[in-house]
Amino acid sequence: MTPTEPAIEVKALRKQYGALTAVEDISFDVAAGECVALLGPNGAGKTTTTEILEGYRQPDAGIVRVLGVDPWRAPRAWKARIGIVLQSDRDLGDLTVGEAIGHFARYYPDPLPVGEAIEAVGLTDKARSRNDRLSGGQRRRLDVALGIIGRPEVLFLDEPTTGFDPEARREFWSLIESLRDRGTTILLTTHYLEEAEHLADRVAVIARGRLLACASPADLGGRHDGQAEVGWLDGGRARSEWTERPTELVAALAERLGGEIPRLTIRRPSLEDTYLELIRGAETTDLDATPHEDAALAADRPQP
Amino acid sequence: MITIWRLGLARTGVELRQFFRDRESVVFNFTLPVLLLVIFGSVFGGQELGTSGVTFAQYFAAGMIASGIVYTSFQNLAIALPLEREDGTLKRLQGTPMPRASYFIGKIGMVLITYLAQVTILITVGTLFYGIEPPSSPERWWTFTWVSLLGLTSCTLLGIAFAAVPRSGRGASAIVTPVVLVLQFTSGVFFFFADLPRWMQDFASVFPLRWLTQAMRSVFLPDSAQALEVGATWQLGTAAMVLLVWTVIGFILATRFFRWSSRKE
Repeated sequence: MTPTEPAIEVKALRKQYGALTAVEDISFDVAAGECVALLGPNGAGKTTTTEILEGYRQPDAGIVRVLGVDPWRAPRAWKARIGIVLQSDRDLGDLTVGEAIGHFARYYPDPLPVGEAIEAVGLTDKARSRNDRLSGGQRRRLDVALGIIGRPEVLFLDEPTTGFDPEARREFWSLIESLRDRGTTILLTTHYLEEAEHLADRVAVIARGRLLACASPADLGGRHDGQAEVGWLDGGRARSEWTERPTELVAALAERLGGEIPRLTIRRPSLEDTYLELIRGAETTDLDATPHEDAALAADRPQP
Repeated sequence: MITIWRLGLARTGVELRQFFRDRESVVFNFTLPVLLLVIFGSVFGGQELGTSGVTFAQYFAAGMIASGIVYTSFQNLAIALPLEREDGTLKRLQGTPMPRASYFIGKIGMVLITYLAQVTILITVGTLFYGIEPPSSPERWWTFTWVSLLGLTSCTLLGIAFAAVPRSGRGASAIVTPVVLVLQFTSGVFFFFADLPRWMQDFASVFPLRWLTQAMRSVFLPDSAQALEVGATWQLGTAAMVLLVWTVIGFILATRFFRWSSRKE
């Protein structure tokens, strides 16, 4: 891998399970040191894409390179350079935290010191606890410790915080941030938008096996340049309007209402608005699309 | 190569630790065989088989030692592997630089050590209470050694292959245990083999356990007991042949059918 080469490279990736196309023509890159989040509803193809990148599945078409290597044919030395945190495992229950991490450290040529890995994930107090007695959040921390024990250059995290309470999620985020700050390339799948917004340099939205958008959380779907919602109080009544020229509208309002506009708000579409818009777009362009189940969400969306 | 063995031994250590901390596996592999030995030995123990001077308790103890080979290798692996496929063990290992051979070395090491522990307990209990003797000559020790090794090798491979059969980890013991039980009933463990119907003897003769029990009787029973066998000899040559053939079959099936991931994926 030359320094200019991306850590992860995906070109025209396709994966079929029988008649079901799980991934259709997905392309994206992840630069070295970057954190990219794959966002999408359940069954969108996130896990299939990730598992192809991890070397668990063979793609049907397209080119995939992680650290310059085809994961499906990757040698053992390549596996020493990546770290994998899969979805909800229940293995290793009969070992303690320290034993499990200590054992997995032996697989790698240059592992983190075991104590350091345990401390990094905040399990020092639990080092002698049996893994089957850990809480869900602690168990996930163990999975991350096993994922980072080999000092990976690329770390895959598949829905790492599913089932966390908000506090545990915050703590987990700072753990991932510290890895990111150390230069680890991270590919994260999640369906928590705030998680993607918080951790990722860029967000790739996947639905029905297709990549709908890939941009920084701020720019996704052009949301900071497109429409904005201006809200104000007019004669005691709350009013709001979507406009592509909010400044103009505010100036006009200021003139009409003579100075201060009561309860003025200007809101750009949130990441969630944009995301839902993208997903809805993907569903309606498909002929066999099922109608959106949540009409209440659809009603609360900017009108295009 | 060194890495493969070093990590294989590390795997053995972890496998053993997990094995002995898991109540079910300890009950299956240690408590149950001893319990069976005590119950059968106490109920039918005094009955003499023919005029051989051999009691059923002695006969049964040899059969249980042979069963120990099947328990610790075939039964143990055919139940553990589907569970490991299901709970993420295999998938996690696949994502690490661990050589795959090390995983199997770890399993083989665990099988060997649990077998040695189990057979020691069975020989001790059998010697103290049920009239068997530890191998009394170098020849008998030699037979004990090769029968154990060949039996463990074939049954380990067959266990790895059979692990492809259960659809779920939880259902594995429900499928594997009856297979072992049927073989025990038909192979001269729970019943006196020469008394079984001919078709049952023929059925059992296809599989390793019948030959393991007969070979273990040659190790632990007096020579006079040889007259109790169907051909009135120990048939050690045939036993070795059958076990070798099953080793080859087991190797082919294991390499053909062992999967690191589950069917539904």
